[in-house]
Amino acid sequence: MLEFNNIFEKLSLYFQYPFVRYALIVGVLIALCASLLGVSLVLKRFSFIGDGLSHVAFGAVAIASVLKLSNNMYLAIPITVLCAIAILSSSQNAKIKGDAAIAVISVGALATGYLVLNIFAASANISGDVCTTLFGSTSILTLKPSDVWLSIVLSIIVLTLFILFYNKIFAITFDEDFAVASGIRVKAYNLLIAVVTAIIIVLAINLVGSLLISALIVFPALSAMRVFKSFKSATICSAIISVVAAALGIIISILAGTPVGSTIVVVNIVNFALFYLVGALKGVKA
Amino acid sequence: MTLLTCKDLSLGYDGATVVEGLNFTVNAGDYLCIVGENGSGKSTLIKTILRLKSPISGEILTGGGLKPNQIGYLPQQTQIQKDFPASVMEVVLSGTLNQKGFKAFYNKADKQKAKDNLAKMDILNLQNKCYSELSGGQQQRVLLARALCATQKLLLLDEPVSGLDPKLTIEMYKLIEKLNKEHGITIIMISHDFSAALKYASHILHIGYKPLFFGTKDDYLNSEVGKAFSIIGGVANA
Repeated sequence: MLEFNNIFEKLSLYFQYPFVRYALIVGVLIALCASLLGVSLVLKRFSFIGDGLSHVAFGAVAIASVLKLSNNMYLAIPITVLCAIAILSSSQNAKIKGDAAIAVISVGALATGYLVLNIFAASANISGDVCTTLFGSTSILTLKPSDVWLSIVLSIIVLTLFILFYNKIFAITFDEDFAVASGIRVKAYNLLIAVVTAIIIVLAINLVGSLLISALIVFPALSAMRVFKSFKSATICSAIISVVAAALGIIISILAGTPVGSTIVVVNIVNFALFYLVGALKGVKA
Repeated sequence: MTLLTCKDLSLGYDGATVVEGLNFTVNAGDYLCIVGENGSGKSTLIKTILRLKSPISGEILTGGGLKPNQIGYLPQQTQIQKDFPASVMEVVLSGTLNQKGFKAFYNKADKQKAKDNLAKMDILNLQNKCYSELSGGQQQRVLLARALCATQKLLLLDEPVSGLDPKLTIEMYKLIEKLNKEHGITIIMISHDFSAALKYASHILHIGYKPLFFGTKDDYLNSEVGKAFSIIGGVANA
């Protein structure tokens, strides 16, 4: 009991600091947005686009930090969005096939980003900077109010778009040909999904770093799909899982002094194992 | 009332022509069967009618108040992912999206329509089941209910019985016949099952064989190509 009181006291102490509150707000919002799109991305076999774009975002952030922009996101968002559009249209024209295009763009961006950081070193601690961008170790705790507001505004836009187009996103994910025949502009919606994914990925760099972002997109969706069998219930469950895992991960990392990003991802992995088990038990019963 | 007219249509992909000189019309109440071997361009024709592809030349006109996106489409059964989370109701409701324009959400009328069409297919009891856990025959009925939500007039069926066992195949054909006869829905069906085509269709379009044949079933049975193929199909040419 004493132990529990201790934890509670420690937490309430930490939450007096605004940067801890910022971290929690932004973390939960990003996790929510990523998980909503996750279901669709996983089912459309787009998981790797998320992974590729996160490397692009790393390169863009590296360039932005060399240019000493006031906010790295101002450069990272447009570059990542452009690459999302390029990857998507390449898979339709098929000169370089989709997966190869993703590999080319993502590895290229990763290498260029690291090279630029090394040549035009902005600080003495290059490996620290790189590590932060890749694994998001401390950056979530150094958010400025402007970062928080940007995250809130973009998250609201993403949520609104998702709710407004929810039924069409389902139709496109389930059966693209039927959706086209129904007069739904599938190409435009695919583009929208890719652009929104790009925005979420850039936002998520602050939280988990660019190497771990795919986990936020893929794990909650996969966990939810083990147990829930309708699109709506799977999407809602995925959102809840993701929010809880993000909040829990941030709190654990504060208490235990672990890196935020990897803690959140590990919470998601444990969660996935639990849902896998529940799904398997349900399957045995049925 | 003419619902669909194809004029001098040439189809193909990547510049290679698969079919040319396609001319046919579909009138309200018709049951048109498109037959032909694999690779003769049947699926390409369907995709062109649905505006998923554009023709190399020629045109497709819709009439009788039918808009191109108001054709109920039953795609060839594709293997969907085993763990796709989608309830039967969600799948069928998505058939109403073509009438919704920019409206974001389903209303009561849409839900009622979905239920009515599930009832027509005798699967109202499955509405809350997971689509990917249904049997092949049940899945096909769900997709047919979705197609019915998208149209009042014209159904386009791409190999509706492929992968079904003989009993389910007959049930499926009966169901389609009922939609045509009792509900007055015009049918365009792709098939390589000649015997079924000759049994149920009112009109036949035979592609992939020159000259192309288009006409009523009786004319087909008396034509050269019809005589040749109806023997393969096991139907006596009486």
